[in-house]
Amino acid sequence: MTVPVISARHISKSFGLHKVLEDVSLDVAQGEAVCLLGRSGSGKSTFLRCLNMLERPSSGVVFVQGRPMGYRERGGKLIPLSAAEESEQRRHLGMVFQQFNLFPHFTVLQNVMEAPLRVLRRPRADVRDEAMALLERVGLAGKAGAYPNRLSGGEQQRVAIARALAMKPEAVLFDEPTSALDPELVSDVLAVIRSLVESRITTVIVTHEIGFAREICDRFIFIEGGSIVEEGPAERLSGGAVLGELVGVPVVAAREITARIAGAFLT
Amino acid sequence: MPGDIVMGTPAPAADISAAGTEMDRLAALKLGKPSRRNRHLVSAVLVLLLVLAVIDLVQRPAFLWPVFFSYFFAPQVLQGVAVTVELTVMSMVLALALAMVLAVMRLSDNAVLRWLSAGYVAIFRAVPLLVLIILIFNVALLYPTASIGIPFGPQLWSQPTNSLVTAYVAAVIAFGTYQAAYTSEAIRAALLAVPAGQHEAAKALGMPPGLAFRRIIVPQALRIAIPSLGNEAIHLLKGATMVAFISVNDLLNVVQTIYNRTFQVIPLLMVACAWYMLMVAVMSVAQRQLERLTSANAMPADSDAPAPAVPAGPTL
Repeated sequence: MTVPVISARHISKSFGLHKVLEDVSLDVAQGEAVCLLGRSGSGKSTFLRCLNMLERPSSGVVFVQGRPMGYRERGGKLIPLSAAEESEQRRHLGMVFQQFNLFPHFTVLQNVMEAPLRVLRRPRADVRDEAMALLERVGLAGKAGAYPNRLSGGEQQRVAIARALAMKPEAVLFDEPTSALDPELVSDVLAVIRSLVESRITTVIVTHEIGFAREICDRFIFIEGGSIVEEGPAERLSGGAVLGELVGVPVVAAREITARIAGAFLT
Repeated sequence: MPGDIVMGTPAPAADISAAGTEMDRLAALKLGKPSRRNRHLVSAVLVLLLVLAVIDLVQRPAFLWPVFFSYFFAPQVLQGVAVTVELTVMSMVLALALAMVLAVMRLSDNAVLRWLSAGYVAIFRAVPLLVLIILIFNVALLYPTASIGIPFGPQLWSQPTNSLVTAYVAAVIAFGTYQAAYTSEAIRAALLAVPAGQHEAAKALGMPPGLAFRRIIVPQALRIAIPSLGNEAIHLLKGATMVAFISVNDLLNVVQTIYNRTFQVIPLLMVACAWYMLMVAVMSVAQRQLERLTSANAMPADSDAPAPAVPAGPTL
């Protein structure tokens, strides 16, 4: 078996006294698509942000391609890296945010070119060709010269995806990529994500779109109260989890309900 | 009961139809405009008074308009204008550079840096500008020689302070350091106003902190700060008149020198006023243009237009 692209080991995270995550572990294999499900406040977004060190876990370590994120080993201990070293590690993971977070003072094309150009210091001509190809891929080559404020939410999110891909990351993290969008704009963004998953780009997706998760993910993780309460291949996404997501009852209670309904039919 | 108001009692049918026709009649009427007669009267009186006052003012013999026009483009006056502009520009550049450092220090994780920055701002906001100007002009009393060397070791370079800190240099240092205290607060507020998502997006792309600050945070913060920076520059331009106290030949000092000789006080002050108004007008227009150019809502983008060619050089 090959080394997982991402391996999160026993991640816990507290903000002050408030415990958000407790002992969450996850391995993501090359080319796999994993969906993180759970109600708001369950800790799933915090877990995603721990994967690329936007939040430093209170305990536990995330490995990307076998390297510990944010640490180096020295004298039998893991020593925290400097901010600059940490940013070097982050290049290996792309991230797409709920609020897009495009750079408003750059055009669409500049948004996509900025990181490969300034962080990786690659030649401008190559970067531009690749950026245009990526914009083509998300269907926005025609908007290359526009500023983000002239784009719809769905278009901005597709640019944000192109921007993340421009760094050629080992995996892309999606943090509720469609939650801030008008309903009619969701499908375009989902189509782009689907095409990434189909081309076997490793992805971890926090989402509320249960149907979408079922359709594209290889595996799902259901987080509740800071812990994984259910996980498995997408087709086994249980009635309990679906019900929990749809009507907002805790998974454990939802499981009980589905079991009773099933029981009622069986007797 | 008579006299009682009863809510919700249906009116008799005849009343309803009568009220209905009455409403029909009123609804068909033309809508008049609100009466503005009083307002027009007040405006007319005010304008008349203003015109009379201006005519009276302008006709006063002390104005000596020909004198005004003869000095407006006089070489000494133009030189004074140049000195004022130069002083303002140099001081503002110094203030901006210093303010950026102070703002970053103030937002740093390091408590000593935060404390130093806060202390600087507290001191330079507390000392009156004029006092600061005179103090720096007289700094030679405190440090007779300025030297660069190894502390308690050999001196590499040394100069008498007075030859270094001329009145002009003292003025630039005083304005720059004073203004920096205020400008740093404006820049700090602007840096804080850049959304957290921008920091996170830059981080997530693997940008090291310095690069993210330079390319992502500062450009957006400056855009936010432009209105207050413009204000401060205008303040500085007018505050520059204080250099008259240390005999720098700025615009005000030049006209004072002239009228002390010719006693044509009013026309020469008018020359100074006109130039200041002109300079401030130019700065206001420049500020507005800058705001327009950098405002996110007016970005020169047309979503339907084909993508323009990417500029070859470094952008922004």
